[in-house]
Formats: sequence, C-alpha cells, structure tokens
Amino acid sequence: MLQDSQPAGRRPGGEGQLAVETVGLVKTFGDNRAVDGIDLSIGQGGVHAVLGPNGAGKTTAIRVLATLIRPDGGTARVLGHDVVAEPARVRSLVSMTGQFASLDEDLTGQENLVLLGRLYGFSRQRAKERAHELLEAFDLSEAAGRQVKRYSGGMRRRIDIAGSIVVRPQLMFLDEPTTGLDPRSRNQVWAIVRALVAAGTTVVLTTQYLEEADQLADRITVIDHGRIIAEGTSGELKASVGSGAFHLRVADAGQRTTAADLLAARFGTEASLSSDPYALSFRLEDPSDVPAALLDLTGRGIGVAEYSMGQPNLDEVFLALTGHSTEESETPTASEDAGADEQKEVPVR
Amino acid sequence: MSVTTSPRPSYDEKVAAAVGSGDAPAGAGGVSTSLTFGWRALLKIKHVPEQLLDVTMFPLMFILMFTYVFGGAIMGSPDGYLPYVVPGILVQTVVMITMYTAMTINNDIQKGVFDRIRALPVWRPSLLVGALLGDTLRYTMASVVILGVSLLMGYRAPGGVTGVVLAVLLLLAFCFSLSWLWTLLGLRLRTPESVMGVSMTVLFPLTFISNVFVPKESMPGWLQGVVTVNPVTHLVDATRGFMDGSPDMGAVATVLVMSGALVAVFGPLTMYVYNRKS
Repeated sequence: MLQDSQPAGRRPGGEGQLAVETVGLVKTFGDNRAVDGIDLSIGQGGVHAVLGPNGAGKTTAIRVLATLIRPDGGTARVLGHDVVAEPARVRSLVSMTGQFASLDEDLTGQENLVLLGRLYGFSRQRAKERAHELLEAFDLSEAAGRQVKRYSGGMRRRIDIAGSIVVRPQLMFLDEPTTGLDPRSRNQVWAIVRALVAAGTTVVLTTQYLEEADQLADRITVIDHGRIIAEGTSGELKASVGSGAFHLRVADAGQRTTAADLLAARFGTEASLSSDPYALSFRLEDPSDVPAALLDLTGRGIGVAEYSMGQPNLDEVFLALTGHSTEESETPTASEDAGADEQKEVPVR
Repeated sequence: MSVTTSPRPSYDEKVAAAVGSGDAPAGAGGVSTSLTFGWRALLKIKHVPEQLLDVTMFPLMFILMFTYVFGGAIMGSPDGYLPYVVPGILVQTVVMITMYTAMTINNDIQKGVFDRIRALPVWRPSLLVGALLGDTLRYTMASVVILGVSLLMGYRAPGGVTGVVLAVLLLLAFCFSLSWLWTLLGLRLRTPESVMGVSMTVLFPLTFISNVFVPKESMPGWLQGVVTVNPVTHLVDATRGFMDGSPDMGAVATVLVMSGALVAVFGPLTMYVYNRKS
C-alpha cells in the first residue's frame, strides 16, 4: 500500500490517485468569502505550496481539506475520498499541523506523543517507544519531561509536527510551518519536511514566504482573496516578475550617481536610490548582465563595497500578478516598479 | 583544510529514520480512545493540581459555613441541621462543578488542541466521553471530601454505607448526564469567561431555589412551585432518601428519567455542533 505512492504519483494529474482535488470549492463566513471557488489538483509525492498573504484563504482551504470545516460549495476529494461524504476515511490517511501549537500545553512533550500514539491504536509499550524515537530524532530528548507550555517557539513547532507523524500519514497538511521561527528552527522544520517526502508522504503546506516555497515546493499555487491567481513551479512564477533585484553599495557615496547612470544603461531599468547614500538597486531582467555591469564599474574606477542579487519577494510577485501588493491596495503602489504591469501574463489556470 | 565527517548520525539522518518508521497500527476502538482521553484528564490533574481546589476547598468551606453559620437559625442547632444539609451540600457542590466540563472543552478549542483531536481517525464522541470520565472522577473526589468532613463533624448517615454509596452513584449518573449540557455550551460559547458567566447564571438559581438548604415549606407559595419542578429538588429528595435510610423510589425514578432525557437531548445536539464546528 505504501510502496507505490511515490514515483507513480509524481506527475500532477496523472492516472494515479490525486492527493487533493477540489472543484469550485467555496467556504464563507458571513459576508466573507474566505475560499471563493478554488480548483486545485495536487498529485501525490513531493511538496505543494499554497502561497498567499494573510487572509488570502490558505488556512480555510486547508481546514476544509483536513475535514475540520465543511465547504459551503463545490467538492473536495482527498486521496480519492470526498471530505464531506467520507471524512473518517480522509482522517485515517492525512494529518494536519495547524498554525498554532495544537498539543496539550499542560502535558509534557513525551505525554502528548504517547497520548497520540494510544489514540492511533499503539500498545502502551509501542506508544512509548515511538514517542522516544521521535523526541530523540527531533532534538527534543532533553525537553521530553517538560510541559509543552514551557517550550520555545522552535521546539513547539517540532513537537507539533512530531505529533502529526506518530503514524506517518499518506498526506500531510502544514499550515505556515515556519512563521515566526528563527533561521535554525526553520531549517530543522525544512529537514523534517524533506524527510517526510523522502519517506513517501505528500506534503501540502501554506506559506507567506516565497523563499520557503522556493526551497521546498515542487509546485506552487498562489492565492489571493480566496481565489487562485497563479499556479506553477517557482521558476515559472519568478519568470513572471523578472529575475529579481540587483543591490549594490559603492565604496564612495560621491560616486553613487555615476554608478546609477552606468548601470541604468546596462540593465535597461531605472535605479532606485534608498536613503542610504551608498546604496542603489535595480530591477533585473536578465541576471547574466551582472558580470558585465561589475566590469563597467571597475572600468570607471568605482569601488564596490558589496553587491547582491535578491530574489523577488512575495510582494513583488503579487504586484506582478495582481497589480496590487499584499497590503491590499487597489492600485499598484507608485514606486519605481513601473514595469510591473506588463508582467501580468503568467500561467493562470 | 579538509572537513571530516563525523560518524555520528546527523540531525537529518535521525529525522529520516524516525519519520520513515511510523507505520500505522490497526486502530483503536471507541472504549480505548475514551479511556485514553480520560487518562489525559488525569495527567492534567497531575500537572495542574491547583484545579483540584474547586473540588476540595469549596465543598469544605460550604459544609463548614452552612452548618455553623446558618444551622442554628434554620434548625435550632448545627448538629440538628447536619443530617438535613449534608445530602443537600453534596448535591449542590457536585452539580456546581459540572460546569468545569464546559470550561475544559472551551479551553481545548481556544488552544487548538481541539483541531488536532478532531482531525484524528478516532470515534468522535470519545474526546467528550473521556473528558466526562475525568470529570466524574473529580465529582467523586468532591463527594469524598464532603462525606469525610461531615463524618468528622459528627454526621452518621442513617442509611449506612450502602445508602451513602447509592446516593453518590445516583448523583454521579445525574451529573454525567447534565455535563452534556455543558459540553454543548463549551462548544458554542466563545471564551472561558462567557462559559463561566452563563453557567453560573444557570447553576446558582438551580441549586439555591431548591430544597438543598431549607425545606420548601418555609418559602412563599409561588416559589414553592418553582422548587417543586426544579430537577435538583428531585435529586436532593432521592439522595436524602438513600442517606436517611428511607429510599424515595419515586424521586429516584424521576432522576433516572431526567438523566436519560438530558443525554438523549444534549448528547446528539453536542455531537451535531461538534461535527460542524468551524
């Protein structure tokens, strides 16, 4: 049952059972259409990211799929089972880790895991062994006997995920797994996600961070106001916003204007000058212009203190896709990103 | 400088091993999962013993204060009042603490534990049944405290040990049933504070406008009508009957029917709300 789930299902929409399939999914809370007609089809295997700003409807969609709330319209099937008609079947195949710690804070980490093991049907002995194994692997052995309310943010997230894989699910939902974590904890969570995928679990995660989707996900669905606005690989999405930005700090503030003119000619985009008198940045259409640009600068005797190439962030992706930023403004912010409007043709499904 | 790799398994390797080995067991039955949730309630008592104050200190205070402060005025002397008030206080205290069922459920919802549990492939009522089993233990503890203290104060039940045990069992059955009202309330209300407010508003009149502390004959006629239809009055009649050694089978039957009705109405309602909770 477990063996053939990985490679065969890799092709999204292939003959294999889809991990998630929704048609016209709607969920409303009063006047608010939190999920407003979402058609998703997510194949088995790998990581699928649902990317969007706060309030886009990511969490609501995930909660419907995990059978925690009922949809108001449309259908949703998880691993071939309808979430409304067969919720018990769905629950036996998936697990869900919410955005906020969802273990009993009064109990210790060890007790929480044993409790979950028992609920899944492990014997007392086996539940203890499994708890020990997970605590050990997730670097939580020392905190095993401590109440969860006294865990740090990163530890809580790890114990939470451990709780979700006491029995490894076929499909796992992770709601913003790294929001608010420090970089080290974030890397630990990412390692867990990769291990899950390697073991054959399909992971569907929500995130606000393009970088996270980029690092982990095979495919990304971007949603906003309860609707899908784009879907594709991270490469496809980034192609829709250009290749990002080029940031430069010159050694001598007096040379900034010269550098700006020089690079504007090279990149074909306007420099944006920040309040830092040494810094300037450009929208980058083609990253391969960068070496030549650096040569231009040294050729004119302009010292470069540091430079970097940044990925477009979620806000830039949103601006390109929707014409508004994640801050909900109706019109594009009057910034230097004047080219954003032409970038709208993206693989919208 | 070359980097040597240590033979110790890395974090990633340990994680991969642990993640890979979580094969599913056969699954647990409803009784087993309910008991597991009951075990959780016990663990919570172990870690947060303060929560036992309401099942130990309050009953203690009530029995001492009512007997010595009001006993003389109500029945001539504290000793004369004791046989009347012990069954009453027993009922009043345990009925009052049933509302903590609602608090517990509401807390679970607030903290997100509820979501995790609802997403598990277990018999759905088991969270509630388990919580109620844990609560029943608390009711038992409160009963033991009251009976122990009243024993020290000189109370000797005419009904003997059998009468007292039967009285407590009937009380537990009623309170287990009444708790389904609180599970519903716990699911519907937004915060633990509002749960506290609503349940106090229900429970104070319910326990005081009854024959818990004084015979209903001492009250104005219109109030006697209320006392007569109050379920708590019937519960007190049945409990007193057992403890006084003169069982009131009519009251016992009434209590059992009411208990059944409470579960029949609020059990399904609770599960309906539980399944549709968003």
